[in-house]
Amino acid sequence: MQPKLTLLTNDLIERILDEAHQLLLKPGVKVNNRKARELLASAGAQVDAETNVVHIPAQIVHETTASVPNEFYLYDSDGNPAVKYGGDAVHFDPGSSGIAMLNPETLEHETTETSHLLKLIKVAEQLPQYDAQSTAVICHDVPQQIQDSYHLYLALLYSKKPIVTGAFTNKTVNEMIEMLAILAGGRDAAREKPRAIFDVCPAPPLIWSDFASGNLIALARAGIPAEIVSVPLAGAAAPVTLLGAVTQHTAECLAGIAIHQLAQAGSPIVWGGAAAIFDMKKGATPMGAVETAMLDCSYAQVAKTLNIPTHTYLGATDSKLVDAQAGLESGITAMIGALSGINMISGSGMLDFLSCHSAEKLIIDAEGIAMAKRMIAGVQLHTETLATGFYDDNINFKGGDFLKQKITMQLFRKEQHLPSAVIDRDSMHNWKQAGSLDAFARAKAIVNELLASYSRPQLDETAEQALHAFMLTLARNAGMDALPALEDTTTANAIG
Amino acid sequence: MSEELYEQMAQSIIEGEKEIAVELATKAIELNIHPLDAIAKGFVVGVNYIGDQFGKGEAFLPELVMAGEAMKAAVGVLEPELLKLGEARETLGRVVLATVEGDIHEIGKTLVGTMLSASGFEVTDLGVDQPAEKIIGKAIEIDAQIIGMSALLTTTMIRQREVIEELDKEGLRSRIKVMVGGAPITKSWAEKINADGTAEDAMGAVQLAKKLVGKE
Repeated sequence: MQPKLTLLTNDLIERILDEAHQLLLKPGVKVNNRKARELLASAGAQVDAETNVVHIPAQIVHETTASVPNEFYLYDSDGNPAVKYGGDAVHFDPGSSGIAMLNPETLEHETTETSHLLKLIKVAEQLPQYDAQSTAVICHDVPQQIQDSYHLYLALLYSKKPIVTGAFTNKTVNEMIEMLAILAGGRDAAREKPRAIFDVCPAPPLIWSDFASGNLIALARAGIPAEIVSVPLAGAAAPVTLLGAVTQHTAECLAGIAIHQLAQAGSPIVWGGAAAIFDMKKGATPMGAVETAMLDCSYAQVAKTLNIPTHTYLGATDSKLVDAQAGLESGITAMIGALSGINMISGSGMLDFLSCHSAEKLIIDAEGIAMAKRMIAGVQLHTETLATGFYDDNINFKGGDFLKQKITMQLFRKEQHLPSAVIDRDSMHNWKQAGSLDAFARAKAIVNELLASYSRPQLDETAEQALHAFMLTLARNAGMDALPALEDTTTANAIG
Repeated sequence: MSEELYEQMAQSIIEGEKEIAVELATKAIELNIHPLDAIAKGFVVGVNYIGDQFGKGEAFLPELVMAGEAMKAAVGVLEPELLKLGEARETLGRVVLATVEGDIHEIGKTLVGTMLSASGFEVTDLGVDQPAEKIIGKAIEIDAQIIGMSALLTTTMIRQREVIEELDKEGLRSRIKVMVGGAPITKSWAEKINADGTAEDAMGAVQLAKKLVGKE
């Protein structure tokens, strides 16, 4: 039995949906994309041409939520299903689009470049707790107009795992869909076995921007999964009450789904977000607050009522260092996310309100994730009798008897998560002998081990060349002479 | 042929397969393989491997214990054969193990016993709550080279000192080395009570015991 955390009664969920429907009518949703407004209008929504506010009747919402696939998979580079969206499946990936990375020696938050993203990808690639990669940090060493595509290019070159990514323009989303098609062997193949999912963010309150709506449409038509990342900030950009903020989140998701499904019914889309409360002292959006996790657990429950796949942002911290606050906020919120049965939980590795990444934190967070995954694996029945079968004639009423049983050897790995060396369970003596290291220092050592043991996955040579040529063209069009030098690649990076 | 058998023997220990280890030991006797060869070239190789893996953090306690148990079972089959041949297995030494008086904890001590005997020591495990005179009496009786004492409680660890003082008084320290262990036991405690050493875990205890009998 997978243990589950629920915060809302069915009655409350119905009221949330009912009031969200009311919000979609009045005040309505601001849709700043002409094509999206046209889609909604032709389905029967009333559009205010001056304000771009669209009033969406419940009928459209019912039809469009009904056509959303209840489940779909993301595939790894070998074409194996690796991430299930749907039901109560739970997966984790590192947070996306950080602008800085913690330097483990100086403890400075460095502006991120290619080398930072590659370091994060290489570390996450070797930690089984991360079911997917993300385009974790922005590479500021390439021009802004090609950053989205460049991030995906690197993830495709350096990882076998599915990729959670996103695009900040309609132009780049199309380029990225093309890159997926190049590797998959065509657009149909890319749709058949999607490798990546794209985050698409409405702006609170109740706004679907031009580029976000445009991306929804482009993704729907390409059949590449979209993930709505609605960000109600309870008390500032959304009602202060958790229920009020969840209701706004519901309305924003329903509006996004309407645009998406009207563009192409049956295209995969995910009910997700990075909801947060608004900190009334600092004016910040704490990702480590328990109320933030409560918002996520609640909106996931709403999605599950509609049988729509789910996503959230948890497992991150607002601390600037990988310290005790980072550990407790990341661990507790990852656990809440897992217990909520959320299909994809993004945010691991992240510090400072999702702006800064840390490879060391990925190592420590992996243990929090492992604990959460162990928790939801539940208490299992492995043996015919619960206990009596363990007491045979060889029991001589000594502690340690059970260590000598074959079944102990057979089952201990199933019953217990065996933590990595980042978790200290040593004796005082041994711990001192190993250098009296804290978790951060141990994580640093593991990061170095993983960087040393990493090897780049083998891609189909022709496809890799084509992907590379495509990226080079984008770079050239953006005025670059050469892409940043990459290790472990045979492909030339200079513009040929 | 026997090379393959030796490999299977090692493997049976690594996998903690007691029944298979016993089968292979029996087979070795049938094939007229010298029992000492079976132990040294076969089974011990497995024990060393799993001990090594444990040290690296790649094997875990149940695997270590099961390997030790399988080893014990295999040696149990081979030893009578050795006697028949008029030989005895040259053990690394005789060890008396006990948890001190007033203390009933023994998981760690039992583990040490398993690994010591798997590594070639002859171990007499007296169990828990053992007074000094019984421990020393047994050591004299079997002519032990080593006494190993365990204590889990800070209130009982002082008993380790009593045993050592008693040994000193009887003038037995030149014959009998003392190793101490248990959760609260530190190197400085071992030095303070004039013990011959302490180790952090069962594999460490094996190394220490080998050192104490000069068979590193």
